[in-house]
Amino acid sequence: MSEPLVVIGNGMAAARLVEELGRVALGRYSILVVGAEPHLAYNRVLLSSVLAGEMAREETELKPLTWWERQGVTLVYGRRAVAVDRDNRQVVLEDGARLPYAQLVLATGSDPIRLPKPGMDLPGVVTFRDHADVDAMLAAAGPARRAVVIGGGLLGIEAASGLAASGTRVTLVHLMDRLMERQLDAEAAALLKAALAARGITVELGADTAAVEGDGHVTGLRLSDGRLLPADLVVCAVGIRPNATLAREAGLATGRGVLVDDRLATSDPAIHAIGECAEHRGICYGLVEPALQQAAALARNLSGRPATYEGTVLATNLKVSGIPVFSAGDFEGGPGAETVIWRDPALGTYRKLVLRGGALAGALLYGETGDGPWYLDLIRSGRPLGALRDGLIFGRALAEAA
Amino acid sequence: MTAQSPLPRPVATACPYCGVGCGVLAGVDAGGGVTIAGDPAHPANRGRLCVKGSALGETLDLEGRLLHPMMRTRSGSMERVSWDTALDGVAEGFQHAIREGGPDATALYLSGQLLTEDYYVANKLMKGFVGTANVDTNSRLCMASSVAGHRRAFGSDTVPGTYEDLDEADLLVLVGSNAAWCHPILWQRMVANQQARGARIVVVDPRRTATAAEADLVLQIRPGTDAVLFAGLLVNLADTGGLDEAWLAAHTTGFDEALVRAREIAPTLAATAAATGLPADDVARLFAWFAATGRAVTLYSQGVNQSAQGTDKVSAILNVHLATGRIGRPGMGPFSLTGQPNAMGGREVGGLANMLAAHMGFTASDIDRVRRFWGAPRMAEREGLKAVQMFDAVARGAIRALWVMGTNPAASMPRADHVRRAMAGLDLLVVSENMLSNDTVNAGAHILLPAAAWGEKDGTVTNSERRITRQRPFLALPGEARPDWWIIAGVARRLGFGEAFSWTGPAAVFREHAALSAFENRGTRDFDLSGLAGLSDADYEALQPVQWPVRRPGDRTETRFFAAGGFFTADRRARLVAIASPVLAESPDARRPLLLNTGRLRDQWHTMTRTGKAPTLGRHSPEPLLALHPSDAAHLGLCEGDVARLDTAHGAARLRVTLDPGQARGEVFAPIHWTGETAAAARIGALVQAATDPFSGQPEMKATPVSVSRVEVATDGFLVARGAAEAPEGLIWTKVAVAGGAGLLFAATEPPDAPALIRRLAGEDGTIAEVCDPARGLYRAAAYRGEALEAVVFIGPGARAAWSAVEGLFARPTLDPATRRALLSGRPADGLPDPGPTLCACFSVGLTAVAAAIAAGAGDVDAVGRATKAGTNCGSCRSEIRKILQARSPVPA
Repeated sequence: MSEPLVVIGNGMAAARLVEELGRVALGRYSILVVGAEPHLAYNRVLLSSVLAGEMAREETELKPLTWWERQGVTLVYGRRAVAVDRDNRQVVLEDGARLPYAQLVLATGSDPIRLPKPGMDLPGVVTFRDHADVDAMLAAAGPARRAVVIGGGLLGIEAASGLAASGTRVTLVHLMDRLMERQLDAEAAALLKAALAARGITVELGADTAAVEGDGHVTGLRLSDGRLLPADLVVCAVGIRPNATLAREAGLATGRGVLVDDRLATSDPAIHAIGECAEHRGICYGLVEPALQQAAALARNLSGRPATYEGTVLATNLKVSGIPVFSAGDFEGGPGAETVIWRDPALGTYRKLVLRGGALAGALLYGETGDGPWYLDLIRSGRPLGALRDGLIFGRALAEAA
Repeated sequence: MTAQSPLPRPVATACPYCGVGCGVLAGVDAGGGVTIAGDPAHPANRGRLCVKGSALGETLDLEGRLLHPMMRTRSGSMERVSWDTALDGVAEGFQHAIREGGPDATALYLSGQLLTEDYYVANKLMKGFVGTANVDTNSRLCMASSVAGHRRAFGSDTVPGTYEDLDEADLLVLVGSNAAWCHPILWQRMVANQQARGARIVVVDPRRTATAAEADLVLQIRPGTDAVLFAGLLVNLADTGGLDEAWLAAHTTGFDEALVRAREIAPTLAATAAATGLPADDVARLFAWFAATGRAVTLYSQGVNQSAQGTDKVSAILNVHLATGRIGRPGMGPFSLTGQPNAMGGREVGGLANMLAAHMGFTASDIDRVRRFWGAPRMAEREGLKAVQMFDAVARGAIRALWVMGTNPAASMPRADHVRRAMAGLDLLVVSENMLSNDTVNAGAHILLPAAAWGEKDGTVTNSERRITRQRPFLALPGEARPDWWIIAGVARRLGFGEAFSWTGPAAVFREHAALSAFENRGTRDFDLSGLAGLSDADYEALQPVQWPVRRPGDRTETRFFAAGGFFTADRRARLVAIASPVLAESPDARRPLLLNTGRLRDQWHTMTRTGKAPTLGRHSPEPLLALHPSDAAHLGLCEGDVARLDTAHGAARLRVTLDPGQARGEVFAPIHWTGETAAAARIGALVQAATDPFSGQPEMKATPVSVSRVEVATDGFLVARGAAEAPEGLIWTKVAVAGGAGLLFAATEPPDAPALIRRLAGEDGTIAEVCDPARGLYRAAAYRGEALEAVVFIGPGARAAWSAVEGLFARPTLDPATRRALLSGRPADGLPDPGPTLCACFSVGLTAVAAAIAAGAGDVDAVGRATKAGTNCGSCRSEIRKILQARSPVPA
């Protein structure tokens, strides 16, 4: 008899967990996945492509329905889990149904943050998290329409780019003095700003939102310096908050997210958490890769083969509105670091490596990221560069041939 | 009518480089480009050309050409003037100098690159009409000692043999000659003889050169002791019955005295070996081979001539050939290899201060004969000043007006800095030139006269085997450039000598020159063109290469001299000479512990005004390198690629170091080619002492005491730009011709502001790609205009290794992104390995390809050639390939 394993959340971490369990513990668990969204699990990263009209909604699905069926997984989607009854080892759904578990995995992801400013609840103000948001944005977008996107991180930029692709006049406002400050240095951020400007997006840096204005529907965004940016649509993409509500209410230890140890177990050994809802060694990751690594480690643990997750060296390897960007490790450099830079602005490429103590400590690639994984491996291994040092900036093929 | 006029057929002309005098077929193709090919009908080269000749087409653009006369204004700037104004200026300046100081206050300094006709007119003007023999030439630096040696032994400046002797000899002894690099086509003939007939090749040289790489015996001799070796050989021949007693008795005098002196200098084989620093076995082998080989040719070049005892060195060689009667017969004889295309022609007209004209000297009868022939109003009555003395006279103000034609004494003379300063003090410095700027022009020229260049010139040259070849034009005279003879005649007319300088073309000048050689000759003088004195203009135009003497029209019978004596001394006997004890003019001491040797590289020629334009020729050795023995380098703390400072009593230079086990310890070698125009600190002439041979006046340019020290260099780098590449201050730079641009290789004692440099080169609308690695001191940048590469700057580690991959990109009109990305890595974009330094310039084959072919089993030079094509055209690189093969093959146990 298989043990019942319930996964709350039907996102990328959940899908990977199921996939890994199928590999390492096939048949051991009777798996049930609960998802609040009325869709099969999809690749959230591709939402921006849907917004930009480059991809249909269905194409974002991670796995087809037949795959889930072949895995023997029971999918419960479009129904929200509202409580965990730890005493009885049951998950309670919004319709009152109770799902028994022997092992529970929280993969509830995160919620988008809405700024606590006046007018944020007006119609025409949306976040950028799921298909419903995309639908709302697409409905409001179009030529002669004006949108303001708040937030110069990856999501905000993607939202702005997608909207601009539909002909919408977009202004991107960002509180910081550069875009994507956690992934890019000032120079790469400036390149990105120029690239966005080339797509018709106005970028306002150092712009602090005071309020959303409107009477029954949004009409503009007021900045704290008094300027009013007229808008038919405001997208709030200022960040995410780990969704730890269920865990907190169930009495599990939580911080910003659900606290987990290196085996991805919460304070209740039968309950685990992975993905954006989890807080591991004080870090709530907001990226796909740690979630997938956590899923793999947890699958091994659940299969009875102990495995630990020791954290992920943060790496960004993505396309920002079509521009490949990679960053990993300490790419800012500073005292004691050696910095190597390669820039070709006319080709739209920029590359920066930071070395410490003869090893690669950080890398930032803009415009061309094929060598990103190699740099990431060097950063993670921390191995001495030795002879690779001379040609390092030129990428793997040239560095290893030198 | 729509028919296009057919392109003119290529003209048969002669190469403008070394004294081999190869025939060249040159033409203009449909695209306006120049086609260059060896002339299969020319006896010197039979269709082959060396790499320099092959690349002639790359040297003919008008970039930097002097295209109209210029004169210095009161404010000091040079301004364009008419020919009338310029020639008036020359004539007035000469008249002024003559009024103030007499005819000897004027001088001409000529060049072995002038045509015979130009040379003739210049010589006639000065020695017959101005009345001074202050007419000397850069040939003084080249083969004056051979001239003096010939005249002393033969009574005439006669090269007795012919190139066919090199094909037919069984023993070829090269003394002080790197023929593989300096006379490549003749060298190929010698190697062909070695391979086909088994001729032995012996190289006597202080350096193990590319020539030595193919020799059967290499005698790495102590500098200045060549004459000891040949004195020892004379003694050995005398002691072993190797003399031709009958021939000696019949045709020579002086043998006994010469042998007595030889015994003092080199009494035994062991003494010879000790004095020359050679292994006794090697000396014995040479002696034995020479004694046993009737068909022996001894070839000598600058290593013999450029010596304060050069004439005695020549005499020591001639003594041996006279004592064995090995002269003037097939496959045997002494053979002087000349360095310039028309050194021989200059000798024939009297272009040297100690010759009058047509191989006549300053005897009363010769002076009188020439006076009568020319109808000369004011004959020079005595020898003039030879080059070194001439510039000393300039320095002390005795010469007030100097006219330099087709040469660059401010770079090439010994103590060149002194010479440059001296010229700056002249009342009148006239320079007839092809180039708008060179060290001599920049030494303070008052008048610049645009002379015809190769491809435009029309006349004759004579090569090392006395063969006269027409140099024919195939390009129109550009701008207002004019032939040198026309320019000189124009000045002569203004000096009042119009009637004697009224030729209508070079044929007329040549007829007069030939007639002078015939005048009252009757077999008393070797140089006799009687048979050519009656050439019509059409005959002259069609003149085929011909060896002198030509005593009757159509005479082609006599190609060698002296087999049966008949020397041009009063008693028709040759003189064997008792030479002085060999000793260097200056020896190293504690302050200057090394000896500086100087010479040529394979792919450059003279001061690079022509070869420096050819990207193909820049690749073999882009920078002037100081070659020194690895042990000396270690002692001095120098490594390959370091920069060294050279100091002699006369000047200084800074050169990059190359370690060369072919250098003897204690001796360093630097190339002569770079000037103030082409390098920051490589004017080697400035370092060379001016000690001269007492007979020939030729300076000792191959043995100057020098100190060498390390220069602390902050960084290495290079820049290449589409247009001119001007060097920023403070760099130790070398200009390099680049296809599609101009390059500078440099070292810097202070790191330059490279980002500012590339921004300047990029201009307003250029975009810049760059790599900054400050921890390694590395900066690389490329400027683009759209997709076209405009400029590149590399600083720091790896820059030098990247040079060959990067400079080649300027030949492309645009760069694709992959190439653009690879550029800053300094590696070829196509993923192929770095080609390495170019060995074979003809087919652009680098060391990497050659090494790969060898690794794949190519066991000899021909196999490497089959695999890579390297060495299969001009063959200049074959010696280097052989060296590489030798270095890579296991040493036999």
